[in-house]
Amino acid sequence: MKTALHGGLRLPGNKQRSTQKPLRLIPAPAQVVLPLDQHAGAAAIPVVKVGDRVLRGQLIARAESEISASLHASVAGTVRAIEPRPVPYQRNAPSTCIVIDNDGSDAAASAAAVDYAALDPRALSEYIGNGGMVGLGGAAFPTAPKLRRGQQGDGPQLILNGAECEPWISCDDMLMRESAQQILRGAAILCHALQASRCIVVIEDDKPIAERAMRAAQAALHDERIVIQSVPTIYPAGGENQVITTVTGLEVPASGLPSDMGVLCHNVGTAAAIARWIDDGEPLIRRIVTVTGSGISEPGNLEAWLGTPMSELIAQSGGYAGSIARLLMGGSMMGLALPRDDLPVVKASNCLVAALPADLHLRGTEMPCIRCGNCSEACPVMLLPQQLHWFARSHDFSALESLGLMDCIECGCCDYVCPSQIPLAQQFRDAKPALIERLTSRQQALQARQRYESRDERLERIEAERQAKLAEKRKAMTQNTTSGG
Amino acid sequence: MIVAILVMIAIGTVLAAVLASSSSTAQRQQLLTERINERLPQTQCGRCTFTGCKPYAAAVARGEADINQCPPGGDATAKALADLLGRPPKPVDPRFGAVLPRPLVAWIDEPACIGCTKCIQACPVDAIVGASKFMHTVITAQCTGCELCVAPCPVDCIEMRTVTDVALS
Repeated sequence: MKTALHGGLRLPGNKQRSTQKPLRLIPAPAQVVLPLDQHAGAAAIPVVKVGDRVLRGQLIARAESEISASLHASVAGTVRAIEPRPVPYQRNAPSTCIVIDNDGSDAAASAAAVDYAALDPRALSEYIGNGGMVGLGGAAFPTAPKLRRGQQGDGPQLILNGAECEPWISCDDMLMRESAQQILRGAAILCHALQASRCIVVIEDDKPIAERAMRAAQAALHDERIVIQSVPTIYPAGGENQVITTVTGLEVPASGLPSDMGVLCHNVGTAAAIARWIDDGEPLIRRIVTVTGSGISEPGNLEAWLGTPMSELIAQSGGYAGSIARLLMGGSMMGLALPRDDLPVVKASNCLVAALPADLHLRGTEMPCIRCGNCSEACPVMLLPQQLHWFARSHDFSALESLGLMDCIECGCCDYVCPSQIPLAQQFRDAKPALIERLTSRQQALQARQRYESRDERLERIEAERQAKLAEKRKAMTQNTTSGG
Repeated sequence: MIVAILVMIAIGTVLAAVLASSSSTAQRQQLLTERINERLPQTQCGRCTFTGCKPYAAAVARGEADINQCPPGGDATAKALADLLGRPPKPVDPRFGAVLPRPLVAWIDEPACIGCTKCIQACPVDAIVGASKFMHTVITAQCTGCELCVAPCPVDCIEMRTVTDVALS
């Protein structure tokens, strides 16, 4: 039985403006800034020193932890510095970055093309990880650990996510229009890595051109494993768990992962980047960024080398038109407001929105909650935002935990529909770190308790053994004296 | 009439006996100890004057210790215990130690370590690894910050640091 996605919103997409012109690769800048922790998980460890000469595509930082991703130089040149620099994904907290001066030689260190079908699935996923692959949908979760988890069990179903539900973003749309073959090539590689028998490419029905291009490429390929599926345009149907619910009718449990249900979801952009790494030997060193918003003169999709300053992309799009109210990385619903525009493009930068006041869903004065329930009807993960709001205000973390705050995907549907204009998603985002801290400290306390108790047991056992030995000795001695005497 | 009363008394006596045997005072105290222990931070530092969190929990359950003797847990733990036991909350008694705003972990100055194993024996959660005449080190992730290893060190090479300082060093 299929359960449709709960709630969600039909929002104006604002995608036409940025899809008029073809995709364009912009020239590499004079200097690139590459943050070591631009993916989810642990930061990569640098393998170059200041002053080293690097080639484009050369490994500059290695993934050393279970969940981490490698980083490669996006231009050829000299390592100028390895130092903290401001990054777009965290505010007021600079991250260590490798800064490379471009020498203009454009010398590339491409790896050789690989016959992926000859590799064993495990080796193939490790090799994909060596290319610095992360999810390009916006969360930047490293691809290799995701594939490793998917390999447990027998042949999961692969979903390629091209839904792209958030307003303004059109980078996946343009990629599907222009590089459909590359995406399907990536799909075939992923199918081999996962031993998947089926791959569903999900596209929202507001992208007919992309869908046609994908269907044409699929027809030319004759790969029966791959199916193209069109789904209704509802925000946030493109979220990982939401796509899975829409396609399979299954809900990913709060405590589980999609791989537990035999489903694995990757972005179409990730698939294309994997194909480029396997076939052309180019690691993940560039990505497509939608530069749009009413505050941009010539909106469009640009292919930018990682580490390029965002101001460069804006200049390439004709510069600002008018005085912008806010610069966002990501779409208008979940995007992060950027304090400045000289921050580097990272693997997670799918979109830049230079918004005029009219583009933003600006809220008026916050009013008290009237308990109308609109928010819980809109919530795609079936939470009760009105209750969470109440307990977030009173810092009642045990209530927040039992009401499922950790399952909130911060999509912002609740505060979009709130008649009292309460910034609900923001409140939940603020409350989460404190709740996470509580949960981890509880976990640590549990561990400390177990360690204390097992140590106690061990000490008691050692003491008992010692006493037993002593008693035996004493017994032997008394026996000796009686028999000897 | 008399028969009815006698029957009711008999039933009541039987049920009372069943109830009494099913939850003896010892069992109830054990259950309460467990619930109190769940609310303690498990630092095992002994600042409450007991040898660990569980003995302290048992003492509170017996009514032999107050609810505000746990500085690592701070006022939050004191309040959680007050809620559990239905008593008015009170702040942590400063006689048992200062409440720190941020947890600390032990850090060994490894070049100075002589490998005496005294700190390993003192650690209540086995968070220090090493062997006799070999350098010792703290497993930061398992350290509860109890400070019990600091005093026994004969060369004073252990100090308490914030988690971020340890990560950076």
